[in-house]
Amino acid sequence: MDWTLPPNLAAGRMAIDETYYIILVLTAIAFVLVEAGILWFMFRYRNREADYVHGNNTAEIIWTAIPAIAMVWLGIHSGGIWSEIKGDSAPDDAFELGVTARQFEWMITYPGADSELGTADDFTLRNDVRIPVDRAVSVKLHTEDVIHSFFLPFMRVKQDAVPGMTTRTWFEAAETGDFQLACAELCGLGHYRMSASVAVLPADSFSTWYQTRAKEAAAEADSSFWTETPPNTPETVSGLPDDYGTAESGGEGSGEHQ
Amino acid sequence: MATVTTEAAGTPVTDVEHEQSFLRKYVFSTDHKVIGVQFLITSLLFLLFGGLLALLIRWQIAAPGEPIPLIGGLFPEAMAPSGIMLPEFYNSLVTMHGTFMVFFAIMPLLVGVFANFLIPLQIGARDMAFPRLNMASFWLAFAAGLIMLAGFLVEGGAAGAGWTSYAPLSANPEYTGVSLGQQLWCVSLVVLGLSSIAGSVNYITTVINNRAEGMTWFRLPLSVWSLFITAILALLALPILSGAVIMLLFDQTLGTQFFLQSGGGQPLLWQHLFWFFGHPEVYILILPAMGIASEVIANGSRKPIFGYKSMVFAMVAISFLGFIVWGHHMFQSGMNPTLGTSFMISTLVIAVPSAIKTFNWMGTMWRGNIQLRTSNLFGIGFVMLFVIGGLSGIYMASTPVDVYIHDTYYIVAHIHYVLFGGSLFAIFAGIYYWFPKMFGRMMSETVGKIHFALTFVFFNLAFLPMHEVGLGGMMRRIYDASNYQYLQDMQGLNEFISWSALGLFLVGLIFAGNFIYGMLWGEEAEANPWNANTLEWQTPSPAKHGNWVTLPTVYHGAYEYSHPEVSDKDWLAQNERPEVVTPYEGEPEGAGSTDVAPAGAG
Amino acid sequence: MRTTDLRGWIPTAVAAVTAAAFVACGGGGDQAGQEGGEGQQAAQQQGPVVPPDSQAFVRGAVQFEGTAPEAESIDMSQEQFCAARYEAPEPRTQHVVVNDGMLQNVFVYVSSGLERSFPTPQEAETLDQQACRYRPHVMGVQAGQPLAIMNSDSVLHNINATPSANRGFNVSQPQAGMTTTRKFAVEEVMIPVACDVHGWMNAYIGVLPHPFYDVSGQDGSVAMDGLPPGEYVIEAWHERYGVMSDTVTLAAGDTASVSFTYSADMAGAEVPLGDPIYPHDHGEESHAAPADAEVGNR
Repeated sequence: MDWTLPPNLAAGRMAIDETYYIILVLTAIAFVLVEAGILWFMFRYRNREADYVHGNNTAEIIWTAIPAIAMVWLGIHSGGIWSEIKGDSAPDDAFELGVTARQFEWMITYPGADSELGTADDFTLRNDVRIPVDRAVSVKLHTEDVIHSFFLPFMRVKQDAVPGMTTRTWFEAAETGDFQLACAELCGLGHYRMSASVAVLPADSFSTWYQTRAKEAAAEADSSFWTETPPNTPETVSGLPDDYGTAESGGEGSGEHQ
Repeated sequence: MATVTTEAAGTPVTDVEHEQSFLRKYVFSTDHKVIGVQFLITSLLFLLFGGLLALLIRWQIAAPGEPIPLIGGLFPEAMAPSGIMLPEFYNSLVTMHGTFMVFFAIMPLLVGVFANFLIPLQIGARDMAFPRLNMASFWLAFAAGLIMLAGFLVEGGAAGAGWTSYAPLSANPEYTGVSLGQQLWCVSLVVLGLSSIAGSVNYITTVINNRAEGMTWFRLPLSVWSLFITAILALLALPILSGAVIMLLFDQTLGTQFFLQSGGGQPLLWQHLFWFFGHPEVYILILPAMGIASEVIANGSRKPIFGYKSMVFAMVAISFLGFIVWGHHMFQSGMNPTLGTSFMISTLVIAVPSAIKTFNWMGTMWRGNIQLRTSNLFGIGFVMLFVIGGLSGIYMASTPVDVYIHDTYYIVAHIHYVLFGGSLFAIFAGIYYWFPKMFGRMMSETVGKIHFALTFVFFNLAFLPMHEVGLGGMMRRIYDASNYQYLQDMQGLNEFISWSALGLFLVGLIFAGNFIYGMLWGEEAEANPWNANTLEWQTPSPAKHGNWVTLPTVYHGAYEYSHPEVSDKDWLAQNERPEVVTPYEGEPEGAGSTDVAPAGAG
Repeated sequence: MRTTDLRGWIPTAVAAVTAAAFVACGGGGDQAGQEGGEGQQAAQQQGPVVPPDSQAFVRGAVQFEGTAPEAESIDMSQEQFCAARYEAPEPRTQHVVVNDGMLQNVFVYVSSGLERSFPTPQEAETLDQQACRYRPHVMGVQAGQPLAIMNSDSVLHNINATPSANRGFNVSQPQAGMTTTRKFAVEEVMIPVACDVHGWMNAYIGVLPHPFYDVSGQDGSVAMDGLPPGEYVIEAWHERYGVMSDTVTLAAGDTASVSFTYSADMAGAEVPLGDPIYPHDHGEESHAAPADAEVGNR
């Protein structure tokens, strides 16, 4: 049995792995104590007169306190890392990607020359993620239909895309290479092959590719695939008053509030 | 309770043995024991069916796109043309495996079987407080099971949005191609909800009102405590599911948009509602198992349960905390991350009462006189495997680690350690332990031990490697992992898991054989083959209609094993005369005995 | 007492096993066949085919005026199997295909005037998925006629048909060579069909109660043979430019010609598809031109 995690190629997400190994050590200790204890008792306390014992308050207090302390400590430790990962802490200079999931494709919108999503010079690639190495990438997630989940195992990234909401995540690739983006949430019959290629490129070759592509896109000057409002929000439904429902992130907290 | 007389307490003794027609006695019976056995047989069949679904799933994972061997040709084109499983059929299998195992196998095996069979017998009552409601509860559950099965017969196939049926995938047929199947799923769960609510009301009432004279709250066996707490959980949680499922059904059929964002609905609402039910449900599935394990381990160690009251309070704590941890299923769902932190804390805290229970079971074994009977082996196996399932839960509880392992096979491994290694092992323990009381015959101990050993081995071979597959990043509910470069190394392990799962399934057939043989031709059982203290063993095996000739009076707690003042035997029945020993002083005299209203038992 | 208690369980157990086995083995039902009944019934009731000496014929042409929008290129780069099946020029969308002023992929059919019914052919029409394209892109079948949908690609395709009058389906074909046969019970013009795995893949199927329909070819021509004499309304349907109609009067042996002229100005016209039978519709695709259904590189 291999209890190690696969390589973590994201800068700043080592804390996930560290927490994992801390828990691994804690649980391994508990596991060995309990299982060895049970096996020992099964072997030791056979064919004898059983003691008439109803309990022991001291022992119970000890084995209540120890797990309680360990769990509370783990909670505090994890909470700090969690807010770093999920909080709105993407660096300001992060490269921004608009990702629209749909059955069963990832539509990746690049902001184009103006570095701004939702403008006419955006360009959109199907199942094709290209990002620079050593630079934070901030991902805005939309979905056109059902819930999908943006899962980059080697970057320790997972975030659901929820209809009617804009969810966000960010990461920074520390190594170049080719990877795969997976969908982690059952999204229908094509769920199993809803993957995209992810190319982490050296900064210079990324910018060469990006500038060429952005120039082409600017020439086409089409409207953007990406919209700030998630697709299929109530406003686009005919027959409903304009103020019906609120598009603003569907009312849940982690969505984007403009 | 002291004022209760035999006459007031229920059916006159003379009526107990009257003749009943076959239909009345075995089919539309109001006898809690018969209903318990009805639940047992139907749930075991559903367990078998769920196992078959699992084998089909494992076939596809081990040999993606290869025709299903032997039975492949039996499937219609819409499921598996030429025996090659289609992705939508795979999704249906995954969905129905989860649904059948959770709702129609484990839950009725624990609650339907043991609550029905044990509560009246263990508290010294003649039957449930509402016997007809009890019968209705079984037949509703049975109907719900058939409705769920019918999903495989309708156009579009069975529900395929996962057993959690996340909206909007489940709410709009265009997304899956499944419309009728998903609606049947909803209807079935609504019917099952009615069954469960009816059952819970009955169990709660019975435990509160129908306890025998002297059966104070803290003399109740832990099995009754666990079933009582479970019934409260079910009564509070199931209506949430019913409501959510009815809303989902309306979204599918009436054009409402509760969970569809296009009309202003909120997909995350479904997750909140489902898990607000779903997490208490997890404890519905484990608390009775803990109760059963406490019974068989105390009996199998010939020693009082260690820390009886903390066992009770731990269960109460678990059931309370169980209602405020549902968000840990939704850390990556787009829910506010700040909420994530608070759900993480409550989730980590719930590990503490579980730890207390584990250590108390160990404390019970410590310095005992351990009998390695099949029931006790399964009970000890339950503790050993539940510990793994409990510890692996800590990984998901920690939000940062959950980022990586959420929706991977690590979760699949975890849930199987809890529900198979935990709940199902306890169910086996319970069946081996109470079989003599149910059928008046014994199952084979030798075959039972072989069944235990092989189940333990194959279970671990099947589910331990799943942790590794999950850590490797393999997603759940993936029809064919070969599309992912980084998962190709996992294929060998996946095949190994599939073979082990097949082994595990075949071992289950040993149990089936032992069960059927024992039922028909097993050795006749004595009234109290395990020298147990609780009341059900103080009446003949099998117990007659009405349970008792005269209602018992209780003088002791349920776990007075190896009492030093009792000579020549290591047990002390709860209804043995009090002058035999001085009562255990940790048990406050009169606690719970005055607050119980005298009530009829029939 | 003990033994009778016990044996009494056997019938219960047997009944439960039988019930479970019955339900479990029943299988998924015959999905393809269930809509066939209606068509066969109709076939029995109707008279003989139009006798050869009283047949009439329609010839037509679909023209296009103005500048056709340029077909967008399809980004198949992440679908190696399909991309490899195209040499330069790269694959482009087929929504508006104009050759020398003639418009391809227009569904032309007799929309009214036929007083009688016609036999339902039992040979299947074929819709192929080849190189990540539906072939043909627009087609017709008769109500009750089998439609064989096949996958010639070694990649997953799903066929998501969203009719309004008929029952929809969403089935997948993960392997090459897989075929599923479906029927549409009632007439419907048109039924959209799409593959969700490859967002650019879509097709339209017209379902009619008679055999008088055609899809304009590369030269924009359509032909309908063997009509009984009468006065007919002929309609043309195009996925982007909507519906046009014409009237013809035919005597026995006549060959009438119809002509439809679409123009670039008609872009954005209402394209009737009817409402889906499911209570929810998504966006505007069923009411207006599905201009956004397809995304190439932009």
